[in-house]
Amino acid sequence: MCDSCGCNLTPGNQAMALQPLPASVTAVEVLSGLLNANDLAAQHNRAHLDAHGVLTINLMSSPGAGKTTLLEQTIAALRGHLRIGVIEGDLDTENDAERIRRQGVPAVQITTGSACHLDAHMVHDALHTLHLHELDLLFIENVGNLVCPASFDLGQHCNVVLLSYTEGDDKPAKYPVMFRTADLLLLTKSDLAPYLDDFDPARAKTNLRALANSAPVMTVAARGEQDLNAWLTWLESRLQAHRSYLSLDSLA
Amino acid sequence: MHELAICQALIIQVEDIARKHAADVEAIWIGVGPLSGVEPRLIERAYLLVAQGGRASEAQLHIQSLPVRVVCSSCGTHSDVTPNNLVCTACGDWRTTLLCGDELSLLRVQLLAPTSSHSIPRPAHV
Repeated sequence: MCDSCGCNLTPGNQAMALQPLPASVTAVEVLSGLLNANDLAAQHNRAHLDAHGVLTINLMSSPGAGKTTLLEQTIAALRGHLRIGVIEGDLDTENDAERIRRQGVPAVQITTGSACHLDAHMVHDALHTLHLHELDLLFIENVGNLVCPASFDLGQHCNVVLLSYTEGDDKPAKYPVMFRTADLLLLTKSDLAPYLDDFDPARAKTNLRALANSAPVMTVAARGEQDLNAWLTWLESRLQAHRSYLSLDSLA
Repeated sequence: MHELAICQALIIQVEDIARKHAADVEAIWIGVGPLSGVEPRLIERAYLLVAQGGRASEAQLHIQSLPVRVVCSSCGTHSDVTPNNLVCTACGDWRTTLLCGDELSLLRVQLLAPTSSHSIPRPAHV
C-alpha cells in the first residue's frame, strides 16, 4: 500500500488521510477494516447457508413490535408452499420458540443471558441443530433492541426491520444505524391506526429515505390476513432472486 | 456495545504489524465514523483494558472522527451531512451513496525500536 503519493486515496477515504510524520519516525500506514471474529464467523455462516440454498432473514425491532406474531402468521400463510425454520433470540425463556413449534415448524431458541443481541457464534451453534437441507427459508428473530443487533452480522441475506404504530414515526431518525440496515421496513400493528392519529406512515418513510435507504415500506396488521400479501410477495421474490444468484454463482 | 471485541481485533492487527517489524508500538491511529455503531469514548476505555501486557501496552491511541460524507446520484455533489439526514445539500435528493462515515478502520501504527529510546529512520510499507 503506497504511503506517499496518495494513489490509494479516493473521495471515500480521503477523510482518513493523516498528516505525514517526520522522516525520523517509523510509521506503517494502514487502511484496513477492523474485521473482527464476529464478521469472520458470519461469513462462515453465510457460506454454510448458501451451500444449502436457504434464504436467511434477520428480523429486528424493539421488544413487542410483533416479530413473533408476524412469523406465526407467515408460517400459516406459507404452509405447504415453503419450508420454514426459525432461530429465536431472547435473553430468557423459550416462549417464542415454543410458539413457533406449535405451528409445526422447527425452531431453535438461543437464550443469550444478558447479551442484548445475537452474534454470529451463537447463530453458528444454532445452525448446526437445524436440518438446513429441509428448509427453503430461515428466519432469525433477533433480540428485541433497536441498537446493538444492527452491528452484528449473523450471516443473513436480508434484514427486515419492524416498527409498530405505537412506537412513533420518528424512530428511523433516532436510530439511523439500525434503519440503514433495513432491506424492508414493516410498519406493524396498523390496525391500531384509528387510535394513533400521530403516526404517519408517510413520515416514517420520509425518515427512512433521509437515511438514503431505498428499501420498500409496507404496513402490516398480522392479525388481518389480507395485509400480509405484499410481505409474502416480497419474500417469494427475494427467494427467487437468491436462488438465481446462487445458480449463477455455481456456473462461474 | 461491542467496543471490547473491536479493540481485541485492533490489538491483534497492531501486534501483528509490530511483530513483523520487531518493534514496540508508540502510537495507533484509528478512524471511527458516526454511522459505525461504535462510540469513540468507549473504544478509548476498552483499549486500555485490551492493550495491557502486549507490544502496544504503552501506545497512545488517537481516534480520528470521520465526517459523514455522501455523493448525490442526481447531481454528483459531495455533501457533508448528519447521520440521520443523508440528503444532498445541493439538490435535496435522498438518493445518495455514503462515501465515508460508517467505517471502523485502523489507519496508522507508529513504531518504536525496543532497544533504543528513539524511533528508527526507516520507512515501512504495508
